[in-house]
Amino acid sequence: MTPDEDRQVRARQKSRAIVTGLLLGALVILFYAITIAKIGGGH
Amino acid sequence: MASSPIRAGNTAPTIPAHWRDFVALTKPRVMTLVVFTGLCGLLAAPGHIHPILGFTAILCIALGAGAAATLNQWYEADIDAKMKRTANRPIPAGRMDRQSALHFGVGLSFFSVLLMGVATNWLASAVLAVSILFYVFIYTIWLKPRTVQNIVIGGAAGAFPPVIGWAAVTGDISALPVALFMLIFFWTPPHFWALALFVKTDYAAAGIPMLPVVSGEVVTRRQIWFYTAIMAVAAMAPVLLHLTGPVYGTAALLGTGLFAVFAFQVLRRRESDPARMAPEKRLFKYSILYLFLLFGAVVVDRWMFA
Repeated sequence: MTPDEDRQVRARQKSRAIVTGLLLGALVILFYAITIAKIGGGH
Repeated sequence: MASSPIRAGNTAPTIPAHWRDFVALTKPRVMTLVVFTGLCGLLAAPGHIHPILGFTAILCIALGAGAAATLNQWYEADIDAKMKRTANRPIPAGRMDRQSALHFGVGLSFFSVLLMGVATNWLASAVLAVSILFYVFIYTIWLKPRTVQNIVIGGAAGAFPPVIGWAAVTGDISALPVALFMLIFFWTPPHFWALALFVKTDYAAAGIPMLPVVSGEVVTRRQIWFYTAIMAVAAMAPVLLHLTGPVYGTAALLGTGLFAVFAFQVLRRRESDPARMAPEKRLFKYSILYLFLLFGAVVVDRWMFA
């Protein structure tokens, strides 16, 4: 793998890691909200 | 290297796929109608659902649709590579390996179905699971490559969202969501065949037995008209069964009347040059607006008169 390709792979991995992190954060918030709604007898 | 295309799915690209390509696999544009009809089913249902749980139900419908679209592209990568319209999708374009798409699609399917069950109820979850399985196994794998009736029966997969939305609120399935299911089911053939008329050459190149490819344009135009007539009955059924009131009744009467006018124009034409198929394109575009109109009217109607 050339240095240029290596840079490309790392940049791609970084962007995917950031998006995965954001999605996990969003899921934590969503599951918390679902739990509160369920406890409050929302359904 | 990243720009050198691979044969669809057989070798893995060395560069990992961009996250945007995973989003592209879920066909966000197609999802709009699925989300809208699911939301209308949810809003038209009697009873109350907590906004957070309602939001989660719609999210699950969207994710389930995205999962089905992903698995469709995983299976059809070779076919997609032969059609101009689909050749730039992540797998045929060589930006993603087939296995990543499969893992993503299966993971998203399980996640959406389980989340739906946990957040709302297991009936809504089961119907969501059936809709994904129907789209992947019955439509994509079984019917689409084998029969000209592929989109007629396969269209059922796209008809599930209002039923899921309704079930998420009520925990049951009654006459109105079934009527809405039938409306989308019979709307699909004229909608899709209008498109197939002017992208016929693409389907022919990929060897997909779409009606215009196998039976010709005249038969397709007649079938569009035939299914428009059945769709009209399905559209009026909620009114005739007293499931909806005057708002939906008016929208269904006027909207379906205009649909029939456009379908009749398509029936009478014998144009085979896609560049000169303005009425066919108009019917296709109007069919989307039509579904938005009628489902919007169901919600308004139920809120005003139910």
